[in-house]
Amino acid sequence: MAKTKTYEEINEKIKSGKVTVVTAEEIIPMVKEEGPAAVLEKVDVVTTATFGPMCSSGLFINFGHSDPPIKMAKVWLNDVPAYAGLAAVDAYLGATELSESQGVVYGGAHVIEELVAGKKVTLRAIAGGTDCYPRREIETKVGLEDLNQVYLFNPRNAYQNYAVAVNSTGRPLHTYMGTLLPHFGNATYSSAGELSPLLNDPYYEVIGIGTRILLGGGEGYVAWEGTQHNPAQKRNENGTPMGAAGTLAVIGDLRGMKRDYLRAAVFHRYGVSLYVGIGIPIPLLNEEIVRRVGVSNEDLTATVYDYGVPRRTRPNLGVVTYAELRSGEIKINNRRIPTAPLSSLYKAKQIAAELKERIINGRFLLTAPVAKLPFRDGVKPLREEVK
Amino acid sequence: MAKRRVVLTFPPELTEKPITYHLVKDYDLAINILRAKITPGEEGKLVLELSNGSAEMIEKGLDFLVKQGVGVEAVSREIFLTEEECIHCGACTAVCQPGALQVDPETARLRFDKERCIVCELCVPACPLGIIKVLF
Repeated sequence: MAKTKTYEEINEKIKSGKVTVVTAEEIIPMVKEEGPAAVLEKVDVVTTATFGPMCSSGLFINFGHSDPPIKMAKVWLNDVPAYAGLAAVDAYLGATELSESQGVVYGGAHVIEELVAGKKVTLRAIAGGTDCYPRREIETKVGLEDLNQVYLFNPRNAYQNYAVAVNSTGRPLHTYMGTLLPHFGNATYSSAGELSPLLNDPYYEVIGIGTRILLGGGEGYVAWEGTQHNPAQKRNENGTPMGAAGTLAVIGDLRGMKRDYLRAAVFHRYGVSLYVGIGIPIPLLNEEIVRRVGVSNEDLTATVYDYGVPRRTRPNLGVVTYAELRSGEIKINNRRIPTAPLSSLYKAKQIAAELKERIINGRFLLTAPVAKLPFRDGVKPLREEVK
Repeated sequence: MAKRRVVLTFPPELTEKPITYHLVKDYDLAINILRAKITPGEEGKLVLELSNGSAEMIEKGLDFLVKQGVGVEAVSREIFLTEEECIHCGACTAVCQPGALQVDPETARLRFDKERCIVCELCVPACPLGIIKVLF
């Protein structure tokens, strides 16, 4: 019978300092040269990572009670509105929310970045006043040390693959995929490719609800399937999806995270987003898992879409590999198009290396998922009522 | 080898006269047009890089331009990247057609080659972190 390992066995090795960990880049030549069985013998964990703009991110905060207390109805942090339709002093600050005074240069992501950097931000809140919460307004400064709970809860991160964007029109387009030059002047993409977490676990076998991860440089967990989680995406023979597919909802304490791995971004004439760094360990439990983490940029593909057509379904212009995208040029309909990434491979490599360090040093134990991510049909469109 | 970058302003009456030709022919300069906006009957702008000659020949060539009535200004603007804040995402490389900004395939870090930069400034808004600035 083929060899298998358990989470418990791997965690014992981590605790006794005998674990062997490599990154998802380092494993590729090993699997090619030695084969899955030999690799399973000597490697226990592969670390994956990504560092990209992830709009669907945000922060839950509990501010603590003032005296006299206030039931905050509307809340602003550095003039960025946070959602306060929760209990008295709970709020959720979305990464893409814009400042009411500064507009598209400052948003929720910037507040998150300032907090994680140890800065104080201005909290302003108003309320109607009740018998138990008489106060009607408050303005003060708060930092990480002043808050009760302050944790990221990102409803959609770590997209398992994404689109390649091009522009067929005669004018530059300013999109969440960056500036797209006219007449197919460039192509942008956003994935860590062979380092990307869910491209190394295409069928969500080891990454599931409860998986401990590195989030923003601190410890976090996979909380749920992400929004728009779409396992039904078309797949390559190796099981990896050819476009946007699975997603993760993740959670983690902002305390313990680092500004290096959480950075606010402004996409010109589009809006604010948050660059989020995520690292996920993949335990090598059996040969099948080893085979899957062995995929390289040559084996991974993405689909090219024309963002010049502003519709839900954009024209599909073909499929390219991540090796081609990384080479700096793709060929679409006999046209050579220069490529540029939006997610940082440099940072993804750093995160994969940091997670590897933590596991080797016994500071990061693996968790088996408490439940699997669902594997059901696709994403529903928003239908409009016919009047 | 001497090298100078200049912004030339051509008054409307000069836009139809061959002038840069003389820089090549009479002063033995190599000219590289970085940016140009010329409409007959209107003021024209040309951003040139002059090289291939001695500093003296470049000076003489520029004197010639001034005598012809062409406005000559040094390119004083340059692109400045705050490297320690850079996350090396590569979004700026998408708009950099001269290839001054590139992600190094070996290190995965962003590389900025000032020599290739034509100060088109497209990278300034393209940088999601807002750390690329034009310095005057």
